[in-house]
Amino acid sequence: MTRPRIRTLARDGVPLLACFAALAWPAVARAEDAFDSGDTAWVLTSTALVLFMTLPGLALFYGGLVRTKNVLSVLMQCFALASLVTLLWLVCGYSLAFDGTGMQEGVTSLSSFIGGLSRLFMRGVTPDTPSGSIPEILFFVFQMTFAIITPALIVGTFAERMKFSATLVFSAVWLLVVYAPICHMTWGGGGSFFADMGVFDFAGGIVVHITAGVSALIACIVIGPRRGFPTTPMPPHNMTMCVIGTGMLWVGWYGFNGGSALAANGNAAMAITVTQISAATAAFTWMSIEWVVNGKPSMLGLATGAIAGLAAVTPASGFVGPIGGFSIGLASGFLCYLASTTAKRALGYDDSLDVFGVHGVGGFVGTVLAGVFAAGVFGGLEGDLAVGRQVGVQLLAAIITVAYTAAATFVILKLVDLSVGLRIDEEGESRGLDLSLHNEVGYNLETGR
Amino acid sequence: MKLIIAIIKPFKLDEVRDALGAIGIQGMTVTECKGFGRQRGHTEVYRGAEYVVDFQPKTKVEIVVSDDQCAATIEAVISAAKTGKIGDGKIMVQAVENAVRIRTGEQGDQAL
Repeated sequence: MTRPRIRTLARDGVPLLACFAALAWPAVARAEDAFDSGDTAWVLTSTALVLFMTLPGLALFYGGLVRTKNVLSVLMQCFALASLVTLLWLVCGYSLAFDGTGMQEGVTSLSSFIGGLSRLFMRGVTPDTPSGSIPEILFFVFQMTFAIITPALIVGTFAERMKFSATLVFSAVWLLVVYAPICHMTWGGGGSFFADMGVFDFAGGIVVHITAGVSALIACIVIGPRRGFPTTPMPPHNMTMCVIGTGMLWVGWYGFNGGSALAANGNAAMAITVTQISAATAAFTWMSIEWVVNGKPSMLGLATGAIAGLAAVTPASGFVGPIGGFSIGLASGFLCYLASTTAKRALGYDDSLDVFGVHGVGGFVGTVLAGVFAAGVFGGLEGDLAVGRQVGVQLLAAIITVAYTAAATFVILKLVDLSVGLRIDEEGESRGLDLSLHNEVGYNLETGR
Repeated sequence: MKLIIAIIKPFKLDEVRDALGAIGIQGMTVTECKGFGRQRGHTEVYRGAEYVVDFQPKTKVEIVVSDDQCAATIEAVISAAKTGKIGDGKIMVQAVENAVRIRTGEQGDQAL
């Protein structure tokens, strides 16, 4: 292993002389040798899969669901957020989410709720810095892909009417005020609030789906419905695009849930297995309900059901077995259908692409059911888990997250409305955001052009 | 001369074209269009939200023929476009005052 060592030292800027010194002392073990190459390879792969979920998976899924005149605005929000969050994550997001300075297991302090500042700009992190069995720099970029998709999920709720500038400002503040603390409380390790409570959230039912879903519900109420909703028809303009995006999300979710094991092992394998089972079950459930209720099964129903099952199994994926995957898929397929159709219509809010109905409800259902199906008696991986107590813990964490997320999102939105303004004017909305905000159109299909 | 306007089901276009070719029709103009007659529209459902689409996609075929070809042309369109189900379309006939071939300046039946 001489050659990689030379390369590493050279990259660190160690003088040539020191390289030779290191070569002369093979007993000086470098941290790089301590990394598990299997784990590292799987998390590297998962990182790419999770970024692929947003770019272009989610962008296409959402882009296909809006009208022709707004397709670019949605694609652009997803891509711009990927860039914006990358920068924020580097500057301070990662530090606020994962710097555990001052945390002590069992002790509740400020650092139980928000990370410290010792990792600003990834200070002090080299390719040799470990995080478990993988490099910390890999953990940083893997988690970055989660931080990217979470605010991108929210844009579905205010699609076709939110100003681009408002989207950027809202998402930037939201990432630091909502995502970073909830992420820290859940995944910060011993001493962080939810972790000390014993909350199960394997891959982000709380951190990603409840936060995004609840924020989406608040956002669509604060910004108000699209003009013409619900009397003007606003059908998806390109179902093919939507279904392609769904496929990318489904496949990418193997990295989302499987990668969250942070290891190439049986836990990761079980996570992707239950992910697949839940997605398939929820997709089939949603499709079957439609078949009974509307007389015909629909592609959009099948696709939406799959996303609901994927979101719901996310918190549970590393804790439950196949029975859990099936049950969570069944429950989320049914409940997310009700939330996105009957309940939404009855309450009259315009969550345009059903972010709350699918991710909020799915994430909540999965978070609570993780406390049930993690038990060994249901084929889960947590042996003789006290189900009643664990469900209570899961429910409490979910409710705290809902309450904090809803309040913080409301305040951020009001502040953004007072500063840059949330909503495009009436004329711009009817022309479409693509022309009004970006001077582009998605399709130039006129004959002869 | 007569202008024959045939509104037909889009998937019948190729058969209509072949039938007209078979009786010696030299040209036609085809337009994709939308409309409704007794067939009315259809309903689309996305996540439980129903949208009534009033207009059906149709294809409009315009053919200008000499007076003595008119009956045969109508007959050919009907034979090719008919499915016997609602929504097969309509044929309208108009008198045409003149026609000019731009390249040569030929007029009337000579221009067809």
